[in-house]
Amino acid sequence: MARKEYAFYPGCSSQMGASASNYLVSVESMCRHLDIKLTEIPDWNCCGASISYAESGELPRHVMNARNFALSETNLPGQDIVATCAACWLGARESKERLENSDRLMADTQTALKEAGLSIKAIPEIRHMAEVLIEDLGYAELQRHVKKPLEGMKFAGYVGCQTNRPFGIAGESFENPMYLDKLIETVGGEAVPYDQKVTCCGGALAFSEPEKSQAQIKDIIESAYDNGAEMIVTPCPLCQANVEVYQGQINKRYGTKFDIPVLYYSQLMTLAYGGTAKDAGLNGNVVRARKLEEFAAK
Amino acid sequence: MSDLNQQMAERYKNNFLKEIEEQAEMGEWVKMCMQCGLCSGSCPTHFHSGWDHPPQEIFMLIRAGKREEVLNSNGMYMCTSCYNCYVRCPRKVPVTHVMHGIAEYAYKMGRAAKAQPTMHLSKVFWTNATKYGRVNEVQLTQSLYFKDGLAAGIKKGLEMKDVALGLVKAKRLNPLEALGIGHKCKDLDGIHRMLAKAYELEAQRKGRDTSKA
Repeated sequence: MARKEYAFYPGCSSQMGASASNYLVSVESMCRHLDIKLTEIPDWNCCGASISYAESGELPRHVMNARNFALSETNLPGQDIVATCAACWLGARESKERLENSDRLMADTQTALKEAGLSIKAIPEIRHMAEVLIEDLGYAELQRHVKKPLEGMKFAGYVGCQTNRPFGIAGESFENPMYLDKLIETVGGEAVPYDQKVTCCGGALAFSEPEKSQAQIKDIIESAYDNGAEMIVTPCPLCQANVEVYQGQINKRYGTKFDIPVLYYSQLMTLAYGGTAKDAGLNGNVVRARKLEEFAAK
Repeated sequence: MSDLNQQMAERYKNNFLKEIEEQAEMGEWVKMCMQCGLCSGSCPTHFHSGWDHPPQEIFMLIRAGKREEVLNSNGMYMCTSCYNCYVRCPRKVPVTHVMHGIAEYAYKMGRAAKAQPTMHLSKVFWTNATKYGRVNEVQLTQSLYFKDGLAAGIKKGLEMKDVALGLVKAKRLNPLEALGIGHKCKDLDGIHRMLAKAYELEAQRKGRDTSKA
């Protein structure tokens, strides 16, 4: 039996062939090394993300999350739900809070769930993978598994918004959270201080108003470069995609020469634990992390 | 003016604050605002052009009863859901959610500008996610690019060609999803029944008679 077991909520972007599929690959590798067992919630659905607010309304959005709670509770009793996506975590956790604090919302939700043959007894805890690593395992345990420290590599830990606000990791500040820097140092890398650690990448506005979003992304990347970072690391799939894939367009718009790889914490950890480039999903990076590819091949 | 909008304007007469408190999700928080402006100053998009009103102005306009100005504002759609305003508000107003709530109400009243791109994204995102139970990223992108017609869609597609090719090469974009082949939930019928009930209950709870709208 694995040391820790969780009900896993991968979310839409982490599915095979989707925009964060390499996040999932690296999370699975990382969890193998740490003896964490993730069991996917059967037939889970989309959380609605942050952007659906205008069309979804209140109850339908919470009902979508409630369906996942009911499926998790029924099929994986006693297990906390773990999300890897910042928006999934936030959306689900917000729905849990709202339902638990409103009898009327909960009653309406149960009525709607009945249409799908489901019901809620007690909503499981909703955790982010970073919380599981830090709170359930701890930095010392995470360090114990390091076989190949990422020595001499400089990373800008980009925490962004939704793994940090409004809930965040317990004990961390909203303005300067340190957990990602500590994770980078735990696997032997150097976390450079820089001033855009919690700046918003524009989120969904990267699709609807790209010029606004790209102006914000430019500030983030520029600050990472200015402070000596060779790579950016993030816990959020939308931060990762936004900061990585628009670098070409930003270069055209602003005459910059950005070419900085943007990794997930789980990719660094997989490599430090002795995993291959493939285990870490490095082939899923659009801006190739050549230094890490060479490191993995050694 | 849509029928639903007229219905609501008549029901609440000159009490727009009450209308927002009862109709917009988290609207009951509006009266807690003390006009310090920390929300506006913390907003990442506030520093770009094109804002009608940042949050603190929206809150004051609501209290001043400026129904038309608020419902027609584009301010609510500038939200990136970064939650800076939410965690910094000294009165603990959940500003992000209040803005989302007002946006939803304005949109359902038929007041938001049809061409507002983020409002459009909200609509297509939810429609997309609930069609299959999970997001189809390719169809989502297509409906965004082609919102202004075929020619604009092709132009936008060409502009984004390099981004898309990079993702396809990295196996992070599956062109087959365009055909609806891809990720979906098994119990789609159950999900659709559940959502139909949720829409019905929400309309009842808010006294929004959508049959006349």
